[in-house]
Amino acid sequence: MGEVLLEVTDLAKHFAVRQGALAWSRALVRAVDGVSFTLEAGKTLGLVGESGCGKTTTSRLVLGLEEPTAGTIRFEGQDVLALGGENRRHYRRSVQAVFQDPYASLDPRMRVGTIVAEPLVINTDLDAAARRRRVAELLELVSLPDRAAGLYPHEFSGGQRQRIAIARALALSPKLVVLDEPVSALDVSIRAQILNLLTDLQKRLGLAYLFIAHDLAAVAHMSHTIAVMYLGKIVELGDADAVALQPRHPYTQALFAAALPIDLDGPRADGTLAGEVPSPLRPPRGCRFHPRCPHAMPHCGTEQPTLREEANRLVACYLYPARGSS
Amino acid sequence: MTSVSPTRPVLDVRDLRTYLVTRWGTIRAVDGVSFALNEGETLGLVGESGSGKSMTCLSIVRLVPRPAARILGGQVLLDGDDLLTKTEAEMQAIRGRRVGMILQDPMSSLNPVFSVGMQVREPVASYHGLRGRSLTQRAAALLESVRISSPLERLRAYPHQMSGGMRQRVVGAMAIAAPPRLLIADEPTTSLDLTIQAQYLNLLKDLQRQHRLAMIFVTHNLGIVARMCDRVAVMYAGRIVEMGPLRTIFREPAHPYTRALLASVPRLGTRTEQLTAIEGQPPDLATLSPGCAFAPRCAHATGRCRTEAPPPITLGSGHTARCWLHAES
Repeated sequence: MGEVLLEVTDLAKHFAVRQGALAWSRALVRAVDGVSFTLEAGKTLGLVGESGCGKTTTSRLVLGLEEPTAGTIRFEGQDVLALGGENRRHYRRSVQAVFQDPYASLDPRMRVGTIVAEPLVINTDLDAAARRRRVAELLELVSLPDRAAGLYPHEFSGGQRQRIAIARALALSPKLVVLDEPVSALDVSIRAQILNLLTDLQKRLGLAYLFIAHDLAAVAHMSHTIAVMYLGKIVELGDADAVALQPRHPYTQALFAAALPIDLDGPRADGTLAGEVPSPLRPPRGCRFHPRCPHAMPHCGTEQPTLREEANRLVACYLYPARGSS
Repeated sequence: MTSVSPTRPVLDVRDLRTYLVTRWGTIRAVDGVSFALNEGETLGLVGESGSGKSMTCLSIVRLVPRPAARILGGQVLLDGDDLLTKTEAEMQAIRGRRVGMILQDPMSSLNPVFSVGMQVREPVASYHGLRGRSLTQRAAALLESVRISSPLERLRAYPHQMSGGMRQRVVGAMAIAAPPRLLIADEPTTSLDLTIQAQYLNLLKDLQRQHRLAMIFVTHNLGIVARMCDRVAVMYAGRIVEMGPLRTIFREPAHPYTRALLASVPRLGTRTEQLTAIEGQPPDLATLSPGCAFAPRCAHATGRCRTEAPPPITLGSGHTARCWLHAES
């Protein structure tokens, strides 16, 4: 076991929304509803699930872009939410993000050198010459030529822009980088380059990643641990290979069966899941997955299962009784 | 399955050329594309953005963005009928009746201010000549065929009241209202969640079997290709660089780009430290060199590749590749 970098406990984020023609009634969306996980330094946690499951909200909470409704986030042992002033700034410097769309996340009117140096201007007291040296170092780290610093974002292709975004995220030497769909906006032929770069940077700099993507094979490739979310809750959490290759929760099973394999002779499990993800405004009682679950039992609709140890991972499902049997 | 039928193919595209005339020069978006498609057969069009797969589809139904794009040559034979010589009025009758289309974003095919019923009834009315109750019943039956429950109520709903998966099924229902001879599906599941995508792909397969549709399936997801297609055409910089039966393309890819593409995708169950990445960047179509467009990124490129574009070279039954590596004799 390595050193625990990030520890999230019972994290919840509820959004109040107004409904109805005149916005008379109020309702609560439990976007993230009691999520706990830990992330070790230098490792990758993959967050998977379909839209609306709360994975992006979870990452925004970790980034400090949203205030949680309940729960704690501990970073290097310190309660982040209780931190004030300088300590909070230190946390924000230590946690950076790379987003999906490198066309939207880079200011088209700034030169690449300025974009990458911006976090240094705001957060450090390096002088201009030192900043230039650091920018050159960062560009080299992401395999961009020196002269890139003088160019504008539109002069780069999608893959190169994502390299710029990564260089900017690394400017303050963070310990944790949130990667929210970092390759899904890129061309297929470029994705492997960026994934390889991220793996390489993790090894060289000891970065921890919170990796969010809907491409399950990519998540399985990148992650050490995978957490599967459904309607604001984690339904399965454990070693990446175990979760991806021998999923236990019926939802994880359906999800990975729906990730179409490229192999022609692989098992073509046709267990297509019926129905759609229910509205998070009115999540089902009991286990939130039970209306779509092929194994649902009567008490699944009344009681919520909690995460329990089963076959070397945690699963929230009544199929697996209290003491693991595997 | 692919069987060599003695009959005429449903769609026969010959040497199609669509160029975009822009400030930065002429872009050969579709540069001599040829393929044929039989009844009940699915051709997967694979390639990255800008490779010309969507432009090929838009050229077939003559909906290329004007005035920049111009179809400059070739033939698009639908049951032997050249669509490129039709008038716009004739094309309007062909779109929807003989050729159905499903695009990536269902909201770009649905009008937000009309109820789903209005929009589904329109192609049904124009094709079957129905009115009133029988029209509504026919429209409801159509929604039922795309597995939308309580279809009569759903006809009264507006697109924004439906989920993405359901909207895409409505678009599917409209596309098969006639039903067409050819169905063009351009990344139809890209905006859908995984479990919903699986449902939709099953639905498309069933509809295709039922109506013996010839289908063009555009995607960059090789997993979907493996699941849906009988044949695959790989596009790069406006050209089909390799085409062949699904198994051949996946088992014995001949073009270095196809090989690299298949090798670069992470797969479940095979752990590797590093993925086999394709080096370099996608080509800039405005500044293409005269040779093979993939040459700058190709590990096997020779002097000839940089100066002379390779023609399609036949490697086996229905298998062609545009690559000098295979031009020994």
